[in-house]
Amino acid sequence: MLSARGVRKTYPGGVTALAGIDLEVAAGETVALVGESGSGKTTLLRLFNRTVEPDADPAGGEVRVAGRPVASMDPVALRRRVGYVQQEGGLIPHWRVGRNVELVPRLLGWPPARRRVRAREVLELVGLDPDAVARRYPRQLSGGQRQRVAFARALAAEPEVVLLDEPFGALDALTRLELQREFLHLKAVLGRTLLLVTHDLAEAFRLADRVAVMRDGRILQTGPPAHLAAHPADPYVEALLALREVR
Amino acid sequence: MRARVPRRSPALLRAARLWAVLVLAGAPAVAEAAPETGRVVVGSKNFEESRLLAEMFAQVIEARTGLAVERRMNLAGTQVCFQALRSGAIDLYPEYTGTGLASILGLPLEGGDAVATLTRVRREFLARWDLAWLAPLGFENAYELAVPRRLARRHALSTISDLAAVSGQLDAALGYEFVERDDGLPGLERAYGLRFRRVQPMQQALKYRAAAAGDADVVDVYTTDGRLLTYDLVVLEDDRGFFPPYQAAPLVRGATLAEHPEVAAALALLAGALDEETMRSLNLRLQDGREEAAAVARDALRALGLVETGSGAPEGEPAASRADGAAGFPAYLWQRRGEIGRRTLEHLGLTAAALAAGIAVALPLGLLLERRRRLAEPVIRAVGVTQTLPSLALLAFMIPWLGIGVLPAVVALWIYSLFPILRNTYTGVRDADPEAVGAAEALGMTAGQVLTAIRLPLAAPVILAGVRTAAVLTVGTATLAAFIGAGGLGEPIVTGLQLADTRRILSGALPAALLALAVDGLLAAVERLVRPRGLGRAEEPGG
Repeated sequence: MLSARGVRKTYPGGVTALAGIDLEVAAGETVALVGESGSGKTTLLRLFNRTVEPDADPAGGEVRVAGRPVASMDPVALRRRVGYVQQEGGLIPHWRVGRNVELVPRLLGWPPARRRVRAREVLELVGLDPDAVARRYPRQLSGGQRQRVAFARALAAEPEVVLLDEPFGALDALTRLELQREFLHLKAVLGRTLLLVTHDLAEAFRLADRVAVMRDGRILQTGPPAHLAAHPADPYVEALLALREVR
Repeated sequence: MRARVPRRSPALLRAARLWAVLVLAGAPAVAEAAPETGRVVVGSKNFEESRLLAEMFAQVIEARTGLAVERRMNLAGTQVCFQALRSGAIDLYPEYTGTGLASILGLPLEGGDAVATLTRVRREFLARWDLAWLAPLGFENAYELAVPRRLARRHALSTISDLAAVSGQLDAALGYEFVERDDGLPGLERAYGLRFRRVQPMQQALKYRAAAAGDADVVDVYTTDGRLLTYDLVVLEDDRGFFPPYQAAPLVRGATLAEHPEVAAALALLAGALDEETMRSLNLRLQDGREEAAAVARDALRALGLVETGSGAPEGEPAASRADGAAGFPAYLWQRRGEIGRRTLEHLGLTAAALAAGIAVALPLGLLLERRRRLAEPVIRAVGVTQTLPSLALLAFMIPWLGIGVLPAVVALWIYSLFPILRNTYTGVRDADPEAVGAAEALGMTAGQVLTAIRLPLAAPVILAGVRTAAVLTVGTATLAAFIGAGGLGEPIVTGLQLADTRRILSGALPAALLALAVDGLLAAVERLVRPRGLGRAEEPGG
């Protein structure tokens, strides 16, 4: 569903964010990108909705979504097909929850009735009571509720792929656990392709089918959590694992 | 680095077109109509005698021709008046031959002969600018130096040469123009070797008070100044014949005379009609009686038999002095309510036009800069420089291009209004909730949609705060528009300053201050209104 081949990204000023990346994500699979800040994980995630562009061809490599090179797609149309959740949710503060959730369906020109039904559906899906929250402003919700709304918004237009950038990063420990459980539930129910960025290896192990460990713009090792735990291929991966056990 | 979508939404284009239409539609309303046929514009400088003579010109033209007269009084000094005449913003104003020679032509002073001076300026003005000096009015209003009587007695002063001998121990209070002009202090210093201990530039009315209070030893006066009658001053003889003759005469555009020869015929009725004695008493009515120029001019013309008694001249304002005494300031304001109301409306008009034009330009420019951020810093800084220009200087710069009156005033105010609106629009739109903007872009909103649906509503309170700053600034600065004949609440302030009439000053300054407060309050309310709901404090914190 998602593929990156030989992708390089150098920011203006010469900072190399991605130094030759190969990544394949199968349909229905959940992959977590793990690494510390500056490892390139968010840059890699953003290639898939073209909010970041790789270096110019041919050295820049190729990024594909659903088999098609993204370079050949209209970025706006692409983004409307790909769900997106970021750390702070990014809800539009002067829009009520209902309108926030209907954002992408509205952009896609869905009729109002269908939009409203769908908004109720996804709000229920993420464990919120539409009657209680749809007419509120984001500010009137708790952090956990806001993040659930952000999930609902990302899912509203039934995208095949959802990109998640540290979606639990700003939450307190208890709410994070609750939302992680919700995530696993959604993942099982919906069967979408999910690409998740996190700096927390434990979180990645709990949520993802496969984990890719990144450092300095490269992927050091990719594999299912059990495989990674048993056979770390790199001293850095080993160190990360050790850190996880200490906790 | 987030890639921007290089697309413009139709909504943006529509908005841009709408702005363009608004700006173009607004322009003619702001611009003043060019003088139409059957109308002449009379100007004056900002002192009593100039206003009085201009008012006499206006009334005699109104009474003796079929022309309508527009008045542009209180223009800030010789240069402003002269530039206005050259550019055609006014058709005529009263000028003095010596001033024409020294200040305008910048010719060396030859002293002496009144006829030679008149011939000289007449020839030069016609040849250079097609401006005509008509027949002089009959009196001279020369610069002179005067000292308090007790000082004259103590040092036995009767001539300027006597004064030069003791000038090192004396303080002078001199008019702003006099300090600068070649036929003023600089020339006097050369001719007589004068060196005052201290020179303080001051308003005419204040100089007399300073001299009476003993704060100034020497003042410059005019021959026909009415206050020479009331203050105990000794005029010193110009024993070296330094000052040129200053015959007063109408200075008129050649084009105006060609089109309306009846103007020359009407003004000829004033030739040789006024002497120094008459002028001193007329001036005194303005200076100490604080009567309006229109009323005094009408009386003078009646005495000359040039206007019919009873009608034929415009109604003058009632003399301010009638309200003197116990009734006090509120009664004074009440009596002037018509004038104050009219000036307030003029003031609001100037401010509103400037502000509307400011919004029409600065708001779209701010939005554009948000899309071209590399340009933002230099452009905003360049616009910011306009804030450092002294307002009077800016108004004066406008005159060669735009003449005098409402248009140059609105343009100057408009320039001042740009910076606060531009800066707030740009920063407001740029800094609008980056998380929300980022998410909206990542979910497929076009840059145009992000701008109109997210950035603009979130920036609205910030933008409005900029408009509010600009509005208060403009209301304040608009008081200076009176210096170039644009009217407004600055008019009583300027007049009051010349007369050292505090009540008159306050009758302009007080309404202007109240207006600024009212505008500020109103826009504060609008600011609350445009603040999007949902940005307020959370009324129901969720659990």
